[in-house]
Amino acid sequence: MPTVSMTVNGKPVTADVDTRTLLVQYLRENLRLTGTHVGCDTSQCGACVVHVDGQAIKSCTIFALQAEGANVLTIEGLATDSKLHPMQEAFRENHGLQCGFCTPGMIMAAIDIVRRKGTNLEERTIREELEGNICRCTGYHNIVKSIAAGARAMGGGA
Amino acid sequence: MSATGIGAPVRRKEDQRFITGKGHYTDDISRPGQAHAYFVRSPHAHARFKQVETAEAAAMPGVLAVLTGAELAADKIGNLICGWMIHSKDGSPMKMAAHPALANGKACHVGDPVAVVIADTLAQAKDAGEKVKVDYEVLPAVADPAKAQAGGAPQIHDIAPNNTIYQWSLGDAKAIEAAFQSAKHVTKLDIVNNRLVPNAIEPRAAIAEYDSGTGHLTLWNTTQNPHVARLVIAAFVGMAPEHQLRVIAPDVGGGFGSKIFIYPEEVVALWASRRVGRPVKWVAERGESFLSDAHGRDHVTHAEMAFDGDGKILGLRAKTVANLGAYMSTFSSSVPTYLYATLLSGQYAIPQIYCEVDAVYTNTVPVDAYRGAGRPEATFVVERLVEVGARELGIEPAELRRRNFIKSFPHQTPVIMTYDAGDYDASLKKALEIADYKNFAKRKKESTRHGKLRGIGLSTYIEACGIAPSQAVGSLGAGVGLWESAEVRVNPTGSVEILTGCHAHGQGHETTFAQLVSERLGIPIENISVVHGDTDKVQFGMGTYGSRSGAVGMSAIVKALDKIEAKAKKVASHMLEAAEGDIVFKDGRFTVAGTDKSAAWGDVSLNAYIAHKFSGQELEPGLKEGAFYDPTNFTFPAGCHICEVEIDPDTGTTQIVGWTAVDDFGVVINPMIVEGQVHGGIAQGVGQALLENAVYNSDGQLVSGSFMDYTMPRANDLPNFSVETTVTKCPSNPLGIKGCGEAGAIAAPAAVINAITDAIGTEHLIMPATAPAVWNAIQKSNGGHKAAA
Repeated sequence: MPTVSMTVNGKPVTADVDTRTLLVQYLRENLRLTGTHVGCDTSQCGACVVHVDGQAIKSCTIFALQAEGANVLTIEGLATDSKLHPMQEAFRENHGLQCGFCTPGMIMAAIDIVRRKGTNLEERTIREELEGNICRCTGYHNIVKSIAAGARAMGGGA
Repeated sequence: MSATGIGAPVRRKEDQRFITGKGHYTDDISRPGQAHAYFVRSPHAHARFKQVETAEAAAMPGVLAVLTGAELAADKIGNLICGWMIHSKDGSPMKMAAHPALANGKACHVGDPVAVVIADTLAQAKDAGEKVKVDYEVLPAVADPAKAQAGGAPQIHDIAPNNTIYQWSLGDAKAIEAAFQSAKHVTKLDIVNNRLVPNAIEPRAAIAEYDSGTGHLTLWNTTQNPHVARLVIAAFVGMAPEHQLRVIAPDVGGGFGSKIFIYPEEVVALWASRRVGRPVKWVAERGESFLSDAHGRDHVTHAEMAFDGDGKILGLRAKTVANLGAYMSTFSSSVPTYLYATLLSGQYAIPQIYCEVDAVYTNTVPVDAYRGAGRPEATFVVERLVEVGARELGIEPAELRRRNFIKSFPHQTPVIMTYDAGDYDASLKKALEIADYKNFAKRKKESTRHGKLRGIGLSTYIEACGIAPSQAVGSLGAGVGLWESAEVRVNPTGSVEILTGCHAHGQGHETTFAQLVSERLGIPIENISVVHGDTDKVQFGMGTYGSRSGAVGMSAIVKALDKIEAKAKKVASHMLEAAEGDIVFKDGRFTVAGTDKSAAWGDVSLNAYIAHKFSGQELEPGLKEGAFYDPTNFTFPAGCHICEVEIDPDTGTTQIVGWTAVDDFGVVINPMIVEGQVHGGIAQGVGQALLENAVYNSDGQLVSGSFMDYTMPRANDLPNFSVETTVTKCPSNPLGIKGCGEAGAIAAPAAVINAITDAIGTEHLIMPATAPAVWNAIQKSNGGHKAAA
């Protein structure tokens, strides 16, 4: 089996993996980082979104081997020194989650929306940008609210 | 109201773990030495088979076992059952066909499991699964419920001639005839209530572990009701005695009904674990979810409403064919009967109602309760009839509703239910104001100027929740009681654990149940934890569905808290050397009435355990009480949803431009959580009305079997919602709660379709009202010609 090395949540990791191992499987099964979820088998639901070299990616769509040398950030690596990321805090404050299963992917996707679209997000922009993330519980109303608030907080606003 | 008590929008206690990726869903759990299961499923909707060849697969690397239905039968593993007996009009019992956990000799739907491979890794199990050979003899299939009873339709189960499970009725057939004969106007509709796939984002999963030393089996399972799962798997499937089977429902990622039921995969995982002597894990892929999670709805209905000359409703009659799929799922029989026809009175005083329901087998995935379960189907029938009736009679739709509203309570409907409280006019009035109903014509004019069609639709729905009084459901055929249990364990330091038989899978019980305790005991919410979802911890419970956790589950907690308070007062009376009757408990302090002598909650808790102030003969040490609460009635949440749409006549695209929901849920524990429940329900109802459809072709293949084909509502398909409440307290439980989990899904489809049909000027539109469906409806109607002109 080939060897793959990458940095996950700031820590270097190396493992021998079956070539067909997906990044999400590597994260969940090898590293036991089970916050990244699998909700479908067609790359639609977005429950598996992580950041690879600063960009959001569905970790079910790439092999672990493709992340060789990459810097991977998962939901577990978001809070620093037990202080929540503003986007995490915004989801809690605005009741942006119910069952919690899509939430890690939503939060990781949301941070990427802010990276690309800025901290002053209109509702329409957020809704359009969430095309790749499915939630069955919230009707998105409070997710949209959470992301707008989280974006403002990331920009230093209240 | 305290900051964490009843009525406060307390932020959820459970969120910390979910937003940091520290939830524990079933697939997040790994047991030492666990093997993996992969199911070989029938690719055919209907096929006989004699041989399942497993030798080649069994020889593949890593494979521990390849097991078939024949071996399951040889090991005397029992069938899955439907736990609600329905009798036909002629008195005969429903025709429940055998449902083995692995098909044995005959597959009845695409996805029916015929074998399971157990291997060291999932990849090995899948590789070996491809080597399992089944000698299928493909048979003709039927998927359409409207065709299942026709002469010449393929027969699915010998026990059920014409694929008919039961032919049931409710109401007075003669009286309804008379009501219709006296009518001045009759509105008639043919309705298809489209089949839906629940699609909780967490796929179903199970881990089974057999302990050969004790003979105990443990099942981690994505279930909404672990105790009922244990009961069925023990008593009916015969897997293990109940006391040797532990079912754990850890964090569960949404259910919406689909995780109520007992499924083949969890049974097979348990059996396989015992066979191979290792823990066995199974996790559904989304494609498997589509082919194995119980679907929802799937009714074909003809319905009629009779009116007098003033627009008063004289009667409603409906004939429904309900598709139950290839096997009868756990509660499937109750959905199109007692959860459907009993709600056909809506919010209206209707003198006569009569409903006939034929339930049929088809070569499709079993159909069972999905958010609302029967009540969305009933609401759609009633609210479409009322709306279309109003249009035909030329009476303003809100006014027609008002004329027919039930105005005094209790109200006995002709279809079993006794509504206990409500104010339908209040929710309608508030909704009309918020939606700015009176200025709709102006907005429509504006849309017309831009070449768009605009419509507005109401849905004044009712539902029966708080499921349910055990004697009542028993008399209607339920195999179980539907009470709930609670245990309150006070620790010596005064912190509290609440054990409940309810199960949360997104509803936020860890917060709302703690709010109740915080309010009652005057202790901080941080000092309270809620324990649920483990049959070794909670003695018994009936789980969560039917919006029952507040009305029934929290009532059980109230009952247990009453006992806790009584016992704590006894302890306090010994501590304070006062008569028990003089002790007053308020805001977390026990005070001797009329004195300044008092003891704090924590001191009394400690004294209950150190037991230094009283003898064991006078009072038992400890502070722990349990209760079972059986409701006295269903609860009846009701309200008004208003949908406003704008349609592009050139493309048929519908945009929801406004949504108002005014619901009466009785007393609200946490308005933030209640609003969230309403949002989610509306989204599922809008999904049904505009987007979602489980499509089977004539061969019984599920055409929309993935997220690429089955349209799940995305963020951009939905608007923001204006959600408000009105309150009439529910008189049937101590907290006055009615329940809120299903309202949105029940109300929404009729509101959407009423709005679209208002816009396009034709009633001939079936769900989902996709752009092509709406465009075609416009073309076939005068409205289309007008728009085109």
